[in-house]
Amino acid sequence: MKNEIELYFDGISNNESLARVTVAAFVAHLNPTLEELADIKTAVSEAVTNSIIHGYENYHGYGKYTGSIPAYLPVHTGKVRLYCLLEKDVLHIEVSDKGRGIENIDKAMEPLYTTRPELERSGMGFAFMEAFMDDLEVESTPGQGTTVRMKKKMTAGSWFDGEE
Amino acid sequence: MEEFHVIDNCLMVRLPEEIDHHRAGYIAEQADCYIAQNAVEHVVFDFEDTKFMDSSGIGIIAGRYKQISCLGGKVYAIHVNRQIGRMLHMSGISSLVDIR
Ligand SMILES: Nc1ncnc2c1ncn2[C@@H]1O[C@H](COP(=O)(O)OP(=O)(O)O)[C@@H](O)[C@H]1O
Ligand SMILES: [Mg+2]
Repeated sequence: MKNEIELYFDGISNNESLARVTVAAFVAHLNPTLEELADIKTAVSEAVTNSIIHGYENYHGYGKYTGSIPAYLPVHTGKVRLYCLLEKDVLHIEVSDKGRGIENIDKAMEPLYTTRPELERSGMGFAFMEAFMDDLEVESTPGQGTTVRMKKKMTAGSWFDGEE
Repeated sequence: MEEFHVIDNCLMVRLPEEIDHHRAGYIAEQADCYIAQNAVEHVVFDFEDTKFMDSSGIGIIAGRYKQISCLGGKVYAIHVNRQIGRMLHMSGISSLVDIR
């Protein structure tokens, strides 16, 4: 059994919930546990938020600086791509942007490391993706963009075994 | 929806169902207004309604902790579920905040 989806959306904070709800809906028929769902939603939210704030530097969420720049007005335009593949019992997720990219990926992935402390970013994004998914790969070229690939084995039952 | 109540010298922040970066700025901004206007000493974050959180939630708590701890204030997190508790521990914020 194989199923895949691909979604492109504007890199603005309004779409963070759209992305994680989409992935949750994509795996809903597997009856994932609440914990599995929370893990996946958090990981997706981290990757997508990174593309929006760091990749495209659209860091105005709802309410912040409402007087000057509303959240839906991007400072930089650009799309985030969300790709999901369910192959047997493994969920593959790819989040990519064509934003500014990462100079030093090893450094960026260190827990608590952030280049945006003034936005109250905690530097825990990659650490959570790593902890909540089974596998995490980051590919990035400065000036060209970033792709994050994650995998998670779903524990759900017999649904996969039917064909083959 | 998030709610803010000042009781004596405590700010109670009832957090929304979903805490992400989109909402975090607003919550932090509102909390700071209450802290500044009401001579708040301690802050209580109530996760009772919260079903989803990402690392933006850590930023909200850490930011308020920085502000009030230098004046001797304390930060509490209550009704923390397993998933959110895991994130608070992984980030190390659990050593600064009283978690119930
Ligand atoms: N898509 C991206 N584009 C550019 N830089 C990124 C991207 N994702 C992550 N980064 C960089 O990696 C750092 C660490 O990311 P993360 O662990 O999610 O922490 P945080 O988002 O809280 O800063 C960010 O501060 C940023 O400098
Ligand atoms: Mg992040």
